[in-house]
Amino acid sequence: MNDIVLKTQDLTKHYGGVHALEGADFELRAGEHVAIMGDNGAGKSTFVRQITGVEQRTRGKVWLYGKEVHFAGPLDAREAGIETVFQTLALADDLDVPDNLFLGREITKWNWLGPFRRLDYKAMREATMAGLEKTAVKIPNIRNSIRNMSGGQRQCVAIARTATFHSKLTIMDEPTAALGVQETAQVENIIRTLKEDGEPLILISHNMRQVMDLVDRIIVFRRGRIVANLKKEETDGQDVVAYITGAKTGAEFEGAA
Amino acid sequence: MADTSHGTGGLTFHKSKRVWPNEMNIFVALILIILIFEALGQLLPYMKGQSMLFDFNTRRDDTILNMARIKIIILQVSIIGIIALGVTQVIITGGIDLSSGSVVGAAAMIAMSFAQTELVNGNPNPKAIFGNWAMDLPIIVPLLIGLGCGLIAGAVNGLLIAYTRIPPFIATLGMMVSLRGVAKWWSRGNPISFPTEEYADISNGNIVDSLTFGLFSDSWTMTQLFDGQNPAIYFLLLAVLFHFVMKYTVYGKHTYAIGSNEDAARMSGINVSGQKVLVYAIAGTLAGFAAILLTSRNVTAQAGMGFVYELDAIAMAVIGGVSLTGGRGSIIGTVLGALIFGVIISGFTYLKLDAFYQEMVKGAIIVAAVVLDQWRQQRSAAKA
Repeated sequence: MNDIVLKTQDLTKHYGGVHALEGADFELRAGEHVAIMGDNGAGKSTFVRQITGVEQRTRGKVWLYGKEVHFAGPLDAREAGIETVFQTLALADDLDVPDNLFLGREITKWNWLGPFRRLDYKAMREATMAGLEKTAVKIPNIRNSIRNMSGGQRQCVAIARTATFHSKLTIMDEPTAALGVQETAQVENIIRTLKEDGEPLILISHNMRQVMDLVDRIIVFRRGRIVANLKKEETDGQDVVAYITGAKTGAEFEGAA
Repeated sequence: MADTSHGTGGLTFHKSKRVWPNEMNIFVALILIILIFEALGQLLPYMKGQSMLFDFNTRRDDTILNMARIKIIILQVSIIGIIALGVTQVIITGGIDLSSGSVVGAAAMIAMSFAQTELVNGNPNPKAIFGNWAMDLPIIVPLLIGLGCGLIAGAVNGLLIAYTRIPPFIATLGMMVSLRGVAKWWSRGNPISFPTEEYADISNGNIVDSLTFGLFSDSWTMTQLFDGQNPAIYFLLLAVLFHFVMKYTVYGKHTYAIGSNEDAARMSGINVSGQKVLVYAIAGTLAGFAAILLTSRNVTAQAGMGFVYELDAIAMAVIGGVSLTGGRGSIIGTVLGALIFGVIISGFTYLKLDAFYQEMVKGAIIVAAVVLDQWRQQRSAAKA
């Protein structure tokens, strides 16, 4: 049981009469990279929002490292070690790389000054460098404001946060949806680095090639339910598409959708 | 930005690769404007070769600089400059504060009514607002009341903006209109005059002389440089203080973060509402302090005090490169913006031009500053 990073049972979310997520049972093991696939509106993002505390679930339980958790907000989740790279990048354009990495959790000195406590720029720069090196992110000048960076560099900065803070679980919501080919490759490299370091990851993606390249296991959502749990070795793109479109439903999920 | 480091993790931090700060552009603009006035003084026939900044003829002091004019330039902008320091922080959060002029008016009236002296030339104070209990109070009382008025007004602005989610423009517009009413109501429109000597000395004394225990009272610096310059000294001290606060503290970083991307700031765990209340409260307190300096300097308070100061303060910030969309700008920029303001006012007087030309040019410069800023932004975005 100890190697289960995240477990959900009967995780359910209703928006009024809309059953956006229905009875999701899910497990993620240590060092495992899992992809979540499904059509638009299938419940992928809803599932993630329940785990990260962005929304409050209607029903169900969530365990993180064997401990039942109930996050009041995304901050709680982050403090517990879940780092999320959101579809909309949560970066402050006018700040530079270390500022963004440490936004809301700055390293400070003179803490008796309360809100006017001093920023320890040096320590934050060093930690940023270490974090970027770990993910092999190349950014020419970390003092540049985010505004002046390409989409890929921004995405890398967002992802580098996870590496800097040694998160227990990383969740990426379509990290390459808006990126070019080269930038996508860079982000995928970072994901591989996380894999080598044994950091668990949930990846939401529409990109079949990417999913087949990167992850160990694929979970397919359809109309708010999990309809398949596929090991990468035992499936292929066509198979997954069949599950996504509803042509097939996993044996253990029969009757679910 | 062109060179890229190669290889995995081949990432280096270049201290030398700081970006050319926008403040340098504004500084250059300040110098240019001074030079234009200087040249006009030399060239225009009716000026008879006068100089704006230098005093070659009389050499009254130990310097060839025209100290009198330089002091006036700084003094003229100091009180509004102090307001601009707070307004800068508000604008950096992406907000705006239209209430500061009225805060000055209300705080001026209220503080002054607690700063009056009982006897004027042996007669009872003809402008007395309260009874004897409010006369000749220790200086700390009107000082705290003035700052408190600003603090409360600013905090109410902040609370309205943070918790009712109405646009800052509306919240502070309401505050602007209401507080002007408060200023008139406080003494039914009558001016409040005859403060205690200590109160008048806040602006008119020599704080540097007092702080050095009169040890250097006879020196040139004391008699020529710092005498009668208290508002300017407070302005510069506060500017230095807030420069460090904005650049090196969590408060400053969160202020910039909110203006850059409020959602990101919220998602990163910044207490956005609390931060906004704090920023507006500080801006209000600075306006309250400006009211104290203004009433102390004029030894009277009137309900109309501080009229359109908010717009001058916003203009100083904008000329100083503070972006009205939030996230960008600095205290140094605003100080330079205030100086540009002062040079223009002083320059027009020096060229003996009427005040209405001054206002026309002031308006044009504000617009030009924003246009230049946007143009610069687009260019830097295109480069990246």
